[in-house]
Amino acid sequence: MSAPLSAASGPRGPGLATSGSGTRPGVWLAGAAVLAFLLLFFVLPVGRVFITAFLDGDGTFTFGHFSAFFSQGLMREAFYNSLYVAVMSAVFAALIAVPLAYFTVRFDFRGAILIQTLGVLPLIMPPFVGAVALQLIFGRSGSVNLLLQENFGFTLPIMEGLNGVIFVESIHYFPFILMNLTVALRNIDGAMEEAAMNLGCTGWRLFWRVIFPLAAPGFVAGASLVFVKVFDDLGTPLVMGQTNLLAPQAYLRITQVGLEDPLGYVISVIMIGFSIAAMALSARALKGRDYSTLQKGGGSIQRRQLSAGASVAAYAWIGFILLLTLSPHIGVLLLSFAKVWSFSPLPDAYTVEHYATVFQDSSGMIQNTLLYCGLAAGLDVVLGVTIAYLILRTQLPARQWLDWIATASLAVPGIVLAIGYLRLFKGMTIPGTDVLLTSTWVMIMLAYAVRRMPYALRSCVAALQQVHVSLEEAAESLGATKLRTIQRVVVPLMAGGILAGFVTSFITAAVELSATILLVSADSMAPMSYGIYLYMQSVAGRGPGAALGVLAIGVVAVGTWLSHVVVERTGQRFAVRPVDEDLPPLPTVAAQGDKS
Amino acid sequence: MKKVGVVCRDVRLAYGKTEVLKNVNLNIEPGEFFALLGPSGSGKSTLLRLIAGFNRHQHGEVLVDGQDVSPLPPWQRNIGMVFQNYALWPHMTVWDNVAFGLVERKADKATIKTKVGAALELVGLGAYAQRRPNQLSGGQQQRVALARTIVIEPQVLLLDEPLSNLDKTLRVQMRQELLALQRRLGLTTIFVTHDQEEAMSTADRMAVLDQGVVQQIGAPATLYDYPVNTFVAGFVGTMNLLPGKVRARHSDRLTLEVQGVGDLQLPTPAEAPAGETLMVSFRPHSLRVDVADAVRDARFVWMPGTIEASEFLGEFTRYRVRVGTHSLAVDHPHHVGLNKFPVGGAVSLGLEPSQVRLFAV
Repeated sequence: MSAPLSAASGPRGPGLATSGSGTRPGVWLAGAAVLAFLLLFFVLPVGRVFITAFLDGDGTFTFGHFSAFFSQGLMREAFYNSLYVAVMSAVFAALIAVPLAYFTVRFDFRGAILIQTLGVLPLIMPPFVGAVALQLIFGRSGSVNLLLQENFGFTLPIMEGLNGVIFVESIHYFPFILMNLTVALRNIDGAMEEAAMNLGCTGWRLFWRVIFPLAAPGFVAGASLVFVKVFDDLGTPLVMGQTNLLAPQAYLRITQVGLEDPLGYVISVIMIGFSIAAMALSARALKGRDYSTLQKGGGSIQRRQLSAGASVAAYAWIGFILLLTLSPHIGVLLLSFAKVWSFSPLPDAYTVEHYATVFQDSSGMIQNTLLYCGLAAGLDVVLGVTIAYLILRTQLPARQWLDWIATASLAVPGIVLAIGYLRLFKGMTIPGTDVLLTSTWVMIMLAYAVRRMPYALRSCVAALQQVHVSLEEAAESLGATKLRTIQRVVVPLMAGGILAGFVTSFITAAVELSATILLVSADSMAPMSYGIYLYMQSVAGRGPGAALGVLAIGVVAVGTWLSHVVVERTGQRFAVRPVDEDLPPLPTVAAQGDKS
Repeated sequence: MKKVGVVCRDVRLAYGKTEVLKNVNLNIEPGEFFALLGPSGSGKSTLLRLIAGFNRHQHGEVLVDGQDVSPLPPWQRNIGMVFQNYALWPHMTVWDNVAFGLVERKADKATIKTKVGAALELVGLGAYAQRRPNQLSGGQQQRVALARTIVIEPQVLLLDEPLSNLDKTLRVQMRQELLALQRRLGLTTIFVTHDQEEAMSTADRMAVLDQGVVQQIGAPATLYDYPVNTFVAGFVGTMNLLPGKVRARHSDRLTLEVQGVGDLQLPTPAEAPAGETLMVSFRPHSLRVDVADAVRDARFVWMPGTIEASEFLGEFTRYRVRVGTHSLAVDHPHHVGLNKFPVGGAVSLGLEPSQVRLFAV
């Protein structure tokens, strides 16, 4: 018997579903609209920053600004400081995250849930808010050092200088490593470890030779993310008074020397360069190393029971980390209720008047945040759905570029984008009025939208990938046009992903400061993040600032929780559950049987 | 309802340089249950999707009821399709799924209610209208998919491997139900499958495809008994193939030398192909097995062989018998008290000459 298989197996990828019908005018229109947005509000402003950094006063190409940058001692110092802080933050974040990730995957104990919670808590608070709180707790005259001084006669200088920045940043950003590493560890097939044990490798050697290398891509992804975030962070060093880093220097140059000063642009280019380098490094580490070896039917690495002693040690470590991670939250909460809090471990008296102040003075800020972030996140999901549909479901030429450009905005620090806007739209007015474009809140909203677009985009792409093409084809064969199919089938099925994308964009935009700080031109248009920063500038403002911070944390926490719930629900609703029920015979068959 | 025919004329389709369909010609009669059979990659699904409007051919015509539908997008064709994975929308109830096509056709509420109710009754799922697809078993989902398609009263019904996701007993039940439903509605139906048993047991006629070429079209029994080439012979049922050199041609018989077996005397069939070498083909059940030294019935052509392996299948035992350098499949009917031939034992194989088909090599 022979059944020769043909070599030419018909390509039936999802992308080819519409290949026959060609590219419709609507597709071109959508692609053009997305491209126009990306060019106008992302590519051109950033391009403008690059051009300014490399052009002389008379318009010729030059490296002069860069040599000027490196010939200034202050600038060189800022450069090295930034590198040092970013690297050390990644190292300390790793020290916190690696044992936690290992514990959750390896051992069977309740702390695992605690660690998962830990993983989100720091992210729901802007780091610069945490900085103020940590100053109060770990600073020179903070609670911990006061207690240490009183009881043991020494103090810990952890909030001094750059160390303080490193401390705040690593506490804030370690979840990136924790989450990536946990996923990577979970995807290791238990057989990998068992094979190593079978060959006589145990304990630490097993961890270093087998488990960690297999999870390394996840670790590198997380660590490079921490590096980029810290390198770009503007708010934390500013609040802590550490201005000799690149981001604060760029900010000071632009705000104090002026928009014409080339050094601000040079710093911007350097920051983008490092972001891209770190991301390229992580992409390279991940490339061809999809180590998620988990087989169908295989289990992930076996969980073990902890011995009593080890259990105590693990809980102690987790408890310690939990306390550290929560200290900014606790600090902010205490500060928001504190009447007076100075040179004492705890506030001397409590009050709710800061909240009253905030609601009286700053309700506009809360509204601004809701308005800007709501619009930005809405724009993001519209763009995200459009790009996702274009790349996954159409044959539009060069459609991948839309994805690449939109994702590239991850590598652009907020302050750089803001500088680009100020420069590109300089002097432009809203048509028909004398209002400067750069003086409107629309710029802030657009900056948020561009910077948070990758989150919404990834979420939408993932959601659309879950929708099998045949679900759309079924609608089409039943008489629904492309547009109706998108309306009635595609978008409803993507709803969970779209909402998750919206919330992620919204909450991350709500705590963004680096673009905001440059683009806010009047106090009336300030969002909450800027308001907190303003309050924190004065000692008297710390109370209301903290109260506003607590509100911001509340908004972000509720949003995070909501998106989690929605994603879980839709996941459950659409999950394929095997149902075993006997089929009643078809009436047609019975009827036919009776007749004959 | 008017019964509608489907015609494919010189249809060619390529993805880049990969030719998926090469000059396909089909003429599907109104009201026919037609199967497209072929291995994966043969182009059968591509052809089905082409009729539905999801692929576009570069050459040729697709006529539905005499009209070329090539320029029409899927939503203007009124051709129903049941997908392999059913493609039920998880965000809609069973009722909403079935009502979808009618809503798109802007039917009024009362019509939708009557028709959807009737369609669900037709597939025996009237009580499941408010469930969601993921609360149904595989067989139930399949019926919803079917109801959703027939409720719009399509001109043609396309089924893309509709039974492949069901377990074996359910598959047999469903294919009988499908056929009964099709007969009742009189709906022209095209059915894609890679399972020859499924195609043979349901289809009025079928087309066997391989590498984008229609190999043969005909009723299942015709294809089984009179395959036009070795591919069809091997794909529709099991076939033994022995290459043989023509030693002598007479008016009524043919002497073939099969390597390692010796000379075979066969009666010449009317349409014996020319050529120096021919392929001798016969089904496993056209062979008798007997002990090596048994008395030989002269009506059969006998060959000595050795049992290599045996599979007991209940109704019969399938032996793999080595004959010379060839290995043949032989089905031996089983009865109570009958002993199996032992593996390694010498046997005689008797071939019934009337059951042999000769192919050109």
